[in-house]
Amino acid sequence: MERPDYVLFDENTKAIVYGEQRNAIQRMLDFDYMCRRSKPSVAAVVNPTRDGYIKVFFGTKEILIPMYRTLKEAAERHPDADVMVNFASYRSAFDTTMEALATPTIRTIAVIAEGIPERKERIMAKEAKKRNKWIIGPATVGGLRAGAFKIGNTGGAIDNIKALKLYRPGSVGLVTVSGGMVNEMFNIIQQNSDGVYEGIAIGGDRYPGSTLLDHLLRYEANPDVKFMVMLGEVGGMKEYEVVDALKDGRITKPLVAWVSGTCAKVFPGEVQFGHAGARAGAAKETADAKIEALREAGAIVPNSFDELGEAIKEVYEKLKKEGKIVEKPEIEPPKIPIDYKVALKEGIIRKPREFICTISDDSGEELLYAGMPISEVIEKDIGVGGVIGLLWFKRLLPDYARKFIEMVLMITADHGPAVSGAHNAIVTARAGKDIIDALASGLLTIGPRFGGAIADAAKYFKSAYERGLTPEEFVNEMKAMGKYIPGIGHRVKSVQNPDKRVELLKEYAFKNFPSVELLKYALEVEKITTAKRNNLILNVDGCIGILFVDLMKNVGFKEEEIDQFIEMGGLNGLFVLGRSIGILGHAMDQKRLKARLYRHPYDDILYIHPDEEKEMFGGE
Amino acid sequence: MAQRGIREYDAKRLMAKYLPEYGNIKLHGKYVLVTPDKSIEEAAKENEWLKNEKLVVKPDMLFGKRGKHGLILLNADFEEAKKWIEERMNKPVKIGDVEGKLTHFLVEPYIEHDKEYYVAIKDDREVDHIYFSTEGGVDIEANWDKVITIDVPVDGDIEEVDIKGMLSKQLEGEELERVVDFIKALYKFYVDLYFAFLEINPFAMVDGNIIPLDTVARLDDAATFWMAKKWGDIEFPAPFGRELTPEEKYIKELDEKSGASMKLTILNPNGKIWTMVAGGGASVIYADTIVDLGYGKELANYGEYSGNPTTDETYEYAKTILDLMTRDGKKGKILIIGGGIANFTDVAKTFKGIIKALREYKDKLKEHDVRIYVRRGGPNYKEGLRQMRELGEELGIPIKVYGPEMHMTRIVKIAVEELGGD
Repeated sequence: MERPDYVLFDENTKAIVYGEQRNAIQRMLDFDYMCRRSKPSVAAVVNPTRDGYIKVFFGTKEILIPMYRTLKEAAERHPDADVMVNFASYRSAFDTTMEALATPTIRTIAVIAEGIPERKERIMAKEAKKRNKWIIGPATVGGLRAGAFKIGNTGGAIDNIKALKLYRPGSVGLVTVSGGMVNEMFNIIQQNSDGVYEGIAIGGDRYPGSTLLDHLLRYEANPDVKFMVMLGEVGGMKEYEVVDALKDGRITKPLVAWVSGTCAKVFPGEVQFGHAGARAGAAKETADAKIEALREAGAIVPNSFDELGEAIKEVYEKLKKEGKIVEKPEIEPPKIPIDYKVALKEGIIRKPREFICTISDDSGEELLYAGMPISEVIEKDIGVGGVIGLLWFKRLLPDYARKFIEMVLMITADHGPAVSGAHNAIVTARAGKDIIDALASGLLTIGPRFGGAIADAAKYFKSAYERGLTPEEFVNEMKAMGKYIPGIGHRVKSVQNPDKRVELLKEYAFKNFPSVELLKYALEVEKITTAKRNNLILNVDGCIGILFVDLMKNVGFKEEEIDQFIEMGGLNGLFVLGRSIGILGHAMDQKRLKARLYRHPYDDILYIHPDEEKEMFGGE
Repeated sequence: MAQRGIREYDAKRLMAKYLPEYGNIKLHGKYVLVTPDKSIEEAAKENEWLKNEKLVVKPDMLFGKRGKHGLILLNADFEEAKKWIEERMNKPVKIGDVEGKLTHFLVEPYIEHDKEYYVAIKDDREVDHIYFSTEGGVDIEANWDKVITIDVPVDGDIEEVDIKGMLSKQLEGEELERVVDFIKALYKFYVDLYFAFLEINPFAMVDGNIIPLDTVARLDDAATFWMAKKWGDIEFPAPFGRELTPEEKYIKELDEKSGASMKLTILNPNGKIWTMVAGGGASVIYADTIVDLGYGKELANYGEYSGNPTTDETYEYAKTILDLMTRDGKKGKILIIGGGIANFTDVAKTFKGIIKALREYKDKLKEHDVRIYVRRGGPNYKEGLRQMRELGEELGIPIKVYGPEMHMTRIVKIAVEELGGD
C-alpha cells in the first residue's frame, strides 16, 4: 500500500509484537475495535521461547494470533506488517531492534525497554537513519494515531480511550519526551480542543531513535494536522532543533510548547531526574533556556505547565474561527464488554466459586498454612508434625503432639523389603518404571490388611470404650462376631519379647500426654488376650491408632471430629505418609543397584491344573 | 540509569588494567585511594612505592579545579603526604557554592615532566568527538582554538580515521607515533568499557610512556549488566556535598533491587511541601509548578515512583517520605500525591501501599497538621481514588481527591492557597 512518508500508521497498519505481552496486545485490539478497524492491528507475536498462538478478544469474539520463535519467520509469514512493537528487555532490545531494522518489511520500530546503554541507542538510531526507517523510543510507552493504530499500552485501558475520544482523530499533532505524560497530554488536549490526531512519546533517554523535531516535521507535512503540541524536558539539546526549524520556516503550523524541569534552578547542585536524559549539563540545557528560545522563535509558550491547557484552547479557537478547523460530528464507538478481571477488580460483578480451600492460601504475598505465614512456620521451627497439624487439622498442635506425630512417621517409615508395600515398589522399580510409579504401586497395597489395623484399632477400641464395655465384654463381643481384635497380636513378638517400637510409643505417651485413657483401656484388653496366648500383645498398629485417639482428645478435638478423622481414613493417611519414606528409599535403592527385571522363580510357585483342582475340591 | 561520574582513582585503575589490551601502552598502575576506612599507612603495606617515591595527593570526590582551591600536594614524601591527608580528612571545605567533607584522596607517584598534552572523548548523537591538544593543562579553555577535533562515527571504525594525518601538523616522529597509538587505544577502551565521558588533562610522556596526570570520567551505568566483570566493584559516588542521606540511600537500594523505578532527593528537610508523584515526567512537572508558584523554598523533596511498583514497594516508599515529613514537630504541611493518567500502572494497587503507610502514620500526620492532595488517573483509578477518599474520613485527616477531570497540576495551586502564611 502506498502511503506518504509522513504517515507512520493508519487504520490498515499491522504490527508484529516482540514479546508475549498479552495485556498490551489486548489493549491494542480493544482500541482497534473501538476505532471500527476491520482487521486487528496485531498480525503476529514473536516469543523466542515458545511458538503456537495466543488467544485474545477482538470485540466480543475470540481470535487467535500466531506466535513465532523468530522475527524472521513472523515477518516472512506476515509481510504486510510494517511495525514492530519491541517489548524485549533492555538486555536484548538492541539485538532485536537491529534485527528488525534489517528486516525489509519492517519500517517502524517502537522500543519500550528502559535502560539500554546510550552507545547501543546511538548505533540503533544511526542504523535507522541509514535505512530510512523509524525508531520510537527507547524508554517509552510508544504513541498512537487516534482512530487508527496504537502502540502497546499507550493511552491505557478501554475506559480511558473512550473518555479521551481516542477512537477518532482530532486536529492536534502531539510529541512528548515522557511516555508517562503522553496520556495526560491526550487528556489536556481533549479538554481544550477536538483532540489529538496523533501523539508520540520519544522517550526520556539522551539519544532517542527519533527526535521531537522528526515528528513535528511529519505533522507539518500532514494536512490533517492543524496545529502541534510539544512537551520537552530539561537536559540535552533536542528542543533547539525545533527552535531552528521554527526560525528557518520548516515549521509553519502553530506550535504550543512547554519544557519541563524549570524547578532545576532552585535545586542545589545537579539533580538527576527520573529520566536518564533529564540532567542539565550546561546552561543551554536548562528548561528555562529552552523555553525562552522556543518563545523567541515563535512557539506559543505558556507561563507554566498549569496554563498549557488554556494556550491550546486559544490556538484551537483561533483556527476554528479562521475556518482552518471544522469540527466533525461525533461518532459513538462500539461498546466493548468489560473484561472479567477488570470488572471483578472494580466490584461490578461477582462469581460463585466452584472450588473451596480452607487449609492454605498462595494468593497473597506470602504462602499461608492455615493462616500461618511460611516464614513463621520456619522461624517457630514447628517441624513436620506442626505442618501436619496446620494442613490436616488447621490448628497449631502443642509441642508434645507435634513430636508424637513425628515419632509415628519415624516408626512407620519402613519395615523391611518383604512387606507388601516395599515389595511392590521394588518389583515396579525393577520393571524400569520411575520412582513415582514405584511409590504409587507400593502405596496402593495399603488398606484393610496392610497398615489398615491402625484405623481399625482406633475405631473398635474407641467404640467399645465409649459404649462402656469392660475389657472382658469387648473381647467376648469380638469373639462372638468371629473377628480378630484389630491391633492385637504379633507374628513373632510376645510378652516375653516385646516390640521395641510399642515400648517407645507407650513410654512417650505416659510421660508427655496429659491423659492416656484409651491406651490404659487397651492395656487391660491386652492383659486378657495375652493370658490366652502370649503373642496376643498390643501391636504397633494398635498402639498408634489408640494413642492418636488419646492425642486428639487431649488437644481438644470434638468427638465427631475424631470420628470423622478415623472414618475418612486419616490414620491410613498417617501410615501412608510415614511409609512413603521407606518405599521411596527402596525404589531408589533398586535404581542405584541397577536391579534387573524381577521374575518370580518357577520353583516358588505351586502349579495346579484344573483337573487336579477338581480332584482336590470335588464338584463338576 | 544514566551517565554517572566515577572517581579519578577508578578511571586510572581501569586505564592501567585495560589499555595494554588495545595497544602498546603501559601505565605504571600505581594508584591508591585513601578513605576514612583505609589510611595511607595501611595502603603502604601493599604498595611499597608509597614509601620510596615522591607523591602527588589530591581529593578524589568528583569536583575539579583542585589546584585553584589549594587542594593538590605535589612532590611530597610519604610522611608529608600522610600529614597532609590527616589534616584534611573529614574536614569541611567549600567548592563553589557547595560545602562538603573531604573523605577520599588519590595518591600516586609524582612524575617530573615538561610537555602537557590534552585529550578528551565526548559523545554526540552520531559521532564521538575526540579532542586533542599539545597545550593541555589548566588553561585548556583559553587555548581551545588549538584543540584538534577528531570525529569517529558511532557505527564506524577508528582505524579508518586518519588520526596521524590530522595530528601531523603539531607532532612528528616518535612522539606522533606514540600519541596516535595512545589515542586509538584510548578510544577503543572508551567504547568497549561504555564510558560516556573521558578527559585526561593533562597527560605527559616520559621515556615514551604515557602518564595520565589528571582525569575526569563518566560511565553509562545502563551498561552494568555487560560490564559488571570489567568494571569490577565500581562506585558511583554522589556529587560532592550531596552525600546521600540514609533515607535517600534506602530508596536507592530499593530502586536497584526492583524492576520498577523509585527515586528520592531531599531538597529541604524543613520544607512544608512534600511530594509523592508517579512518573518520571509528571514528577518534574509537579516540582516545576511548585517552583513556578513561588514555593521553591518550601519544596522538601523531589522523587518519583513508576513502572508498576508492587504494593510493598509503594508502602516502603511512602513510609520513608511520611517519616521524613513528620520529624520536626512543626505544624501545617502539605503532601501531594500526584500523577498523570497512567498508561498501564494499576492505580488502586499502587495506592494500596500508600494507604497502608498513611494509616500507620495517622497520629504523626495529625500532630503535624498535614493536608493531603491526591490527583491521579489510569487503569483502575476510580477504585484507587475511592479508597483515598474513604481513608480521609476514616483517619480524620483532610484528603482532597481528584481524577483526570482536574488539570494535573491544579492541585498544587489549591494546596498552596490553603497553605496560607507565606
